[in-house]
Amino acid sequence: MLRSRHLLGIADLTPDEITLVLDTAEAMTEIAARPIKKVPTLRGRTVVNLFFEPSTRTRTSFEVAEKRLSADTLSIAVAQSSVTKGETLLDTVRNLEAMAPDMIVMRHASSGAPHLLARLCRSAIINAGDGMHEHPTQALLDAFTIREHKKRLAGLKVAIVGDLLHSRVLRSNVQLLNKMGADVWACAPSTLMPAELPRFGVTATASIDDAVAGADVVMMLRIQHERMHGHFIPSTREYFTLFGLTADRVRRAKPDVIIMHPGPMNRGVEIDSDVADGPYSVILEQVTNGVAVRMAVLYLLAGHEAQAD
Amino acid sequence: MPQVMDADRMARALTRIAHEILERNRGTSDLALVGIRTRGVPLARRIAHALKEINHEEVPTGALDITLYRDDLMRHAVGPQPVVRRTEIPFSIDDKRILLVDDVLYTGRTIRSALDALIDFGRPRSIQLIVLVDRGHRELPIKADYVGKNLPTSLRQSVQVRLQEIDGEDGVLLDDDKVEA
Repeated sequence: MLRSRHLLGIADLTPDEITLVLDTAEAMTEIAARPIKKVPTLRGRTVVNLFFEPSTRTRTSFEVAEKRLSADTLSIAVAQSSVTKGETLLDTVRNLEAMAPDMIVMRHASSGAPHLLARLCRSAIINAGDGMHEHPTQALLDAFTIREHKKRLAGLKVAIVGDLLHSRVLRSNVQLLNKMGADVWACAPSTLMPAELPRFGVTATASIDDAVAGADVVMMLRIQHERMHGHFIPSTREYFTLFGLTADRVRRAKPDVIIMHPGPMNRGVEIDSDVADGPYSVILEQVTNGVAVRMAVLYLLAGHEAQAD
Repeated sequence: MPQVMDADRMARALTRIAHEILERNRGTSDLALVGIRTRGVPLARRIAHALKEINHEEVPTGALDITLYRDDLMRHAVGPQPVVRRTEIPFSIDDKRILLVDDVLYTGRTIRSALDALIDFGRPRSIQLIVLVDRGHRELPIKADYVGKNLPTSLRQSVQVRLQEIDGEDGVLLDDDKVEA
């Protein structure tokens, strides 16, 4: 079972706990193939989806997962406002406590916001992305997708290419893949390469050709224009020329390479349309698997809470 | 730990059940076996094998995991969260006569969960229940149609079914000292 009643980041999980989530998710995939895609597991439980940042994919994925487990769900899209983030969060927590939810799924633009909530709130907290810090369920669904195709994670060469600096997906994925024994390569222009990355045992490079060569998995990350408050790249056209994933570059990888992207994609900026829709792409499978992985997380945390009573 | 059934008696009980199934259902048409994980699954496969030996026809066999349907999952602080395994029913259960198989029938709550789970897969014509051991102490109005062995027990006793496929040996053991959770 999971040791913590919250899922705040991959940093807190052991390899055994990661394997438990992935194994549980595998059992959950079968539910999506049924005529009635619903089980009564979380009947009577209330889950609040609290999204301070715009999100369609992750929020919808959590909502589908919650409904498939028969939880009562409430989605609150908190618009960006001029209120300082500390006050907003505390006010929201007070209101939430009055509703006594069992779990809160939270996305916030500030790194560490779910950790604060976990300290203040009695509910189990699931981090659905906090600032540039972590996005644990994305990393878990990525790992699940890789394991489905490669039957393992250990020993695989995984190249992560794109706007690494602003990416919480990168930080969660690097930790997870390292814990599970994968050989992680990170590729970005030096302006978008986080300084702390080599500390995580990652091979950092500015050459996409080196990163992709012999790779089992190529994970492309979005250029996050909305987080860039400076000139990180000269132009999107130049970025695509130097760092974009094209069919020519895919040929340098292993013949059974899989191409991943957490979405939303900037076609023609980080990835060529032909590659995104091509035979090696598992991008839509990632979306499908996201529901199963989130069902697994909800199930495992809900049981934990009962035992803590 | 006293053994109440050995491998021979278990094999004979399963063969007898196969004969009873054929007699009651007049053959195997529209029949399908569904074993409840964990030990109901190999038992279902053995019964399918026995039916084929007698009647020379394959009966489709599936595996049902009821963890997500348990009514005690979120209520009691008993042990670690049960591990969820795959349900594999590779055929339509619509209009089939389903033979649901489990190792031990006790309170009936497992069977209730299994009925809920099965009905989510379609609308079978009927569901019949097969258990290797009926140890009594029902908490719900559930009765088995085919029983390998009726075994009166006290609440302090525990019944352990051991199967070659999982435990490396066949047998049913009755433990007098343990209190079942």
